[in-house]
Amino acid sequence: MIDLSWMAWTWPTAIFFIVIFAMLAGMGAWEYLSPGGSPRTGILRFETTRGDRLFVSLLGSAFICLGWLWASELSLWYALIVCAAFVLLVFRTV
Amino acid sequence: MEKTWNNKAWFFVLPVLVLVAFSAVIPLMTVVNYSVQDTFGNNQFFWAGTDWFTQILTSSRFHDALWRNLMFSAIVLAIEVPLGIIVALSMPKKGVWVSVCLVLMALPLLIPWNVVGTIWQIFARTDIGLLGYTVSNLGINYNYGQNPFDAWVTVVVMDVWHWTSLVVLLAYAGLVSIPDAYYQAAKIDGASRWAVFRYIQLPKMGRVLLIAILLRFMDSFMIYTEPFVVTGGGPGSSTTFLSIDLVKMAVGQFDLGPAAAMSLIYFLIILLLSWVFYTIMTNVGADATSKRSPQ
Amino acid sequence: MSAYEPSSHGEQRIPASSHSEAALGQRERAKTGHFRLKIFVPIFYILFLLIPIYWLISLSFKPNQEIVSGLTLWPQNFTLDNYRVIFNDPSWYETYYNSMLYVVMNMVISVAVALPAAYAFSRYRFLGDKHLFFWLLTNRMAPPAVFVLPFFQLYSAFGLIDTHFAVALAHCLFNVPLAVWILEGFMSGVPKEIDETAYIDGYSFPRFFGKIFMPLIASGIGVAAFFCFMFSWVELLIARTLTVTDAKPIAAAMTRTSSATGLDYGVLTAAGVLTIIPGAIVIWFVRNHIAKGFALGRV
Repeated sequence: MIDLSWMAWTWPTAIFFIVIFAMLAGMGAWEYLSPGGSPRTGILRFETTRGDRLFVSLLGSAFICLGWLWASELSLWYALIVCAAFVLLVFRTV
Repeated sequence: MEKTWNNKAWFFVLPVLVLVAFSAVIPLMTVVNYSVQDTFGNNQFFWAGTDWFTQILTSSRFHDALWRNLMFSAIVLAIEVPLGIIVALSMPKKGVWVSVCLVLMALPLLIPWNVVGTIWQIFARTDIGLLGYTVSNLGINYNYGQNPFDAWVTVVVMDVWHWTSLVVLLAYAGLVSIPDAYYQAAKIDGASRWAVFRYIQLPKMGRVLLIAILLRFMDSFMIYTEPFVVTGGGPGSSTTFLSIDLVKMAVGQFDLGPAAAMSLIYFLIILLLSWVFYTIMTNVGADATSKRSPQ
Repeated sequence: MSAYEPSSHGEQRIPASSHSEAALGQRERAKTGHFRLKIFVPIFYILFLLIPIYWLISLSFKPNQEIVSGLTLWPQNFTLDNYRVIFNDPSWYETYYNSMLYVVMNMVISVAVALPAAYAFSRYRFLGDKHLFFWLLTNRMAPPAVFVLPFFQLYSAFGLIDTHFAVALAHCLFNVPLAVWILEGFMSGVPKEIDETAYIDGYSFPRFFGKIFMPLIASGIGVAAFFCFMFSWVELLIARTLTVTDAKPIAAAMTRTSSATGLDYGVLTAAGVLTIIPGAIVIWFVRNHIAKGFALGRV
C-alpha cells in the first residue's frame, strides 16, 4: 500500500474537495441530461454556459474569501454569506 | 467545420487527463492541505485554520514580491512586444536568409534557463564579462550585485534577450500568412506604410500576438531560474519575484504552511489571469472570424 | 464552431511561400531607398542575441588563468582542457546522458498521449470539452514553483525519486497541454471530409489514423515534439527537485563548479556550451516549420 500520510488530509479540506468534485459530477450529469449548457450573453457581453458561470462564481468566491481575510478580523463564515450572494448574482446576470 | 457530438471522445482524452492530473491535482490537493496546517516535520501536522492566509495577505514581503513581479511583467511586455513586431516586420520574407534568421533567433529559446542565467551572470560582470567591462569602462558605475537598479536592468535585458524571439517568431508567422493580393490592393490604393501596418498587418497578426502576450505574461509572471542564477533575488530582495520568494520560503526556510498558502494565492491569481486572457482570446478570435466569413 | 479554436475556419490556408511583401517592398525601394536599411534591424537583433553566446563559447576555450587575469576578446591560449574535464569524468558526462534520456522519454510520452486527445478536441464535441481544454491550459500557465512543494513526497510515495521516468512524467504537466494545443491547431486545418471519405472507403480508425491522418499532420507532430523537447530541456526547477544523483540533469550538475577555491569558470562555460548544442541541432531540423509552430499551428 502506498503511504499517503504526507498528504496530511484533514476533514475540512477533505469536505472541501468532496464538495468541489460533487459539483463537477453534478454539472456533468446536468450537462448530460440537457446538453448545451443554456448559453446566454450576460453583463460581461460574451456568451457563457452554466459551467462558465459556476467557474466564475467559484473563482470570485475564492477572491472574496481572500479579500475578507485581508481586510477583516471577523470570522470567515461571514464571508461565505457574501460568497453566496455573489454566486446568486453571477447565475442571475452573467 | 461543424463538430459531431460524441461522448466516446472522452476515451481519447482519458490518458491525458490521468497523466496531467497525477502531477497537477494530487500536488494541488496536498498544497491545500498544507495551507491550513502547521508542521515541524516528521509528517506531524497541526490545524492552523486560515492563519497562514492572513499572514501572507497582510505581509509586506508578499505585497512587495507581487508588485515587483507585476512591474517586471509589464516592463518586459512593453519592450518585447514592440521590439518583436519591429524585428518581424523587417525580416526578409523569402530566400535562404529566412532560415538562417529563424534558426539564430530561436537559439536563446533552447538554452536551459539556468545556463541563460549563467551566461548573463558572467557576461555582465565587470571583471570577466564583456558587457559589464564595456559599460564600466564607459564611466558608468555598474554593479548588478550591489545596486538594485543595475540588477533590474540586467534581469530585464536578459529576459528581452531570452524571449523577444518568441514574439518575433509568432509575429512573423502571422505576417507570412498575409496573401500578396492584400499588398497589391494597398499599392493600388496608394496606402502609406503606416496604413498598411495598421489595417493589414496588425489585424492579421492580432491573434498570434495575443498568444504571444499570453505566453510572455504568464512566463514572466512565473520566472524563477534565470534571475535566481544571476542575482539570487538580491541585492537585498530587490529582484525577489514571486516564484523566487516561494521557493525560498518552501525550501530555504521549510515553512510549509505559509509557502502552501502563498502557492494557493499565487495560483488563484494565475487562474484568474489565464481565464481573462483565454476568454479574450477565444471571443476576439470568434468575432473576427465570423465577421470575415459569415457561415 | 468551438470556442477554443477560433481560427480553423473562414480563412484560406495558403502556403507561406506564395505570398510576400515584395510588391510593397518594390514600391518603397523606388520611393525612399528605405528598404535596404530595413535589413539592419534583424542583423543588429541577431548580433545582440549572439554576442553573449559568443562570450560563453570563447570563455570555454580559455584556461581559467586567462579568464580571471583580464579581458581578452578571443582565446589567446586556446585550450580544450575544460571539455576534457567533462568528457573524462563520468559524474559529468552521465548527467548529459541523463538530461537527454528524460527529455526523449517526455517527448515520446507527451506526443503519444496528446495525439488522440487533440484529435478528439479537433473533431468532436463532448461533455465538458471546453472546460477540460481550459483546465489543461492552466497547467501550462501555472508556475512550477506552486506544484513543486509536494513533488518530492509524491514521487517518493510511488518510488520514482531519482529516476528518469519521474522527471519525464513531471514535465508532462506542462508539455502535454502544450502538445495538445499545438496538435489541435494543426489537426483543425485538415478538412473533416478526409476522415469521412476514409471511413466510407472502409478504413478502420487505427488504420486511418496511422496511414492517412498522421502523414497529413506530420509537420504538426514534428513541431509538437520540438516544443516538448524545448521545454523539457530548459526546465530545471522540477528536474532538480526530483533527482539526487542517478538522474541528475547536466544543468543541475553545473553547480558543482563552485568550490572553496572559487568558481571554475572554464568548466562551467564548457558545460554551458554543451547544453546549447542539442538545442541548436534540433532547431535546424524544424527550421521550416518553426514560425508556424510557435503560432501553435494557428496561422
